[in-house]
Amino acid sequence: MATQRVPVIEKIMDANDQVASMNKKKLDESNIFAINLMASPGAGKTSLILRTIRTLSPDLRVGVIEGDTAPVTIDADKVLAEGMPAVQINTGGECHLDAVMISNALEQLPLDSIDLLIIENVGNLICPAAFQLGTHVNVLIASVPEGDDKPYKYTNIYRGLDVLIINKIDLLPYISFNMDYFRQGVELLNPGLITFPLSCTTGEGIAEWTAWVRSQVEKRKSQNA
Amino acid sequence: MHELAVTESILSIAKRHAEQAKARRVTDIYIVMGNLSSIIDDSVQFYWDIISDGSICSGATLHFQRIPAQAVCLDCDHQYSLQERLSPCPACGSAKIKIVNGEEFYLDSIEIER
Repeated sequence: MATQRVPVIEKIMDANDQVASMNKKKLDESNIFAINLMASPGAGKTSLILRTIRTLSPDLRVGVIEGDTAPVTIDADKVLAEGMPAVQINTGGECHLDAVMISNALEQLPLDSIDLLIIENVGNLICPAAFQLGTHVNVLIASVPEGDDKPYKYTNIYRGLDVLIINKIDLLPYISFNMDYFRQGVELLNPGLITFPLSCTTGEGIAEWTAWVRSQVEKRKSQNA
Repeated sequence: MHELAVTESILSIAKRHAEQAKARRVTDIYIVMGNLSSIIDDSVQFYWDIISDGSICSGATLHFQRIPAQAVCLDCDHQYSLQERLSPCPACGSAKIKIVNGEEFYLDSIEIER
């Protein structure tokens, strides 16, 4: 039987990207600045979120979406303990959050009483890079103990970043981590990337990071005022 | 790791276009993939055989066309191919580069029987 070629030319991630645009629209309508926070497990995502909340509240109201592969609420509970709204997403073993999961989670958050939304992605440096969520910025935490070669190994995630955080800088004296080598790798992938070296343990660098977040929230509010 | 979600997306795009074209069956699917996309073709093929079963796309062969990665230097405009690792501009040594090819990931076309 004769076959026929049908042209398609459709991006394979298009369905996710469309839902992501809808999420962004919804966030914009509510004047919320949203961050997609990615990192490997143990890099300090939850610690940074808690530090950020403590520094910015009560001036800013922060909402959090916690992504985890297991049905636990450990992280969401910590955020709720700070008096901020949190939704836990259990991805059921999936290695990343996608735009549909965020769309469902947004339904459960009091969007009118939030200025800043932080989405804690699943701890993974590969899969989250492929799925846009509809946030305004993609932020990665690289932590010193992970090693200085990560930009060279996980190129996709570094290329899609708007901000890089280097956490656990208090450990630099004890760990063989060549900051120049690390930064050179980042520069190749993402020239001029905004970077905040900090420590969630000592608090060093937290003020610079939270000042940046605050400026982004205020910029958005004044644009839409 | 996320190949299942990707394969489901390929299936849904292919089914939609097959139905629009009033196909009886899809025999081939042509996918274009840049060398920088972190997708493993073997895993996509593995999931494909399972999830396309019983659909209009059941038994269709997946073809992957790989696009080599290329970068252009933002300082001297030199264009060069990237091997496994991102490397600075071989002409002037600058680290300010931009990826121009290798990030593609789309369904190019399908082959159908009516």
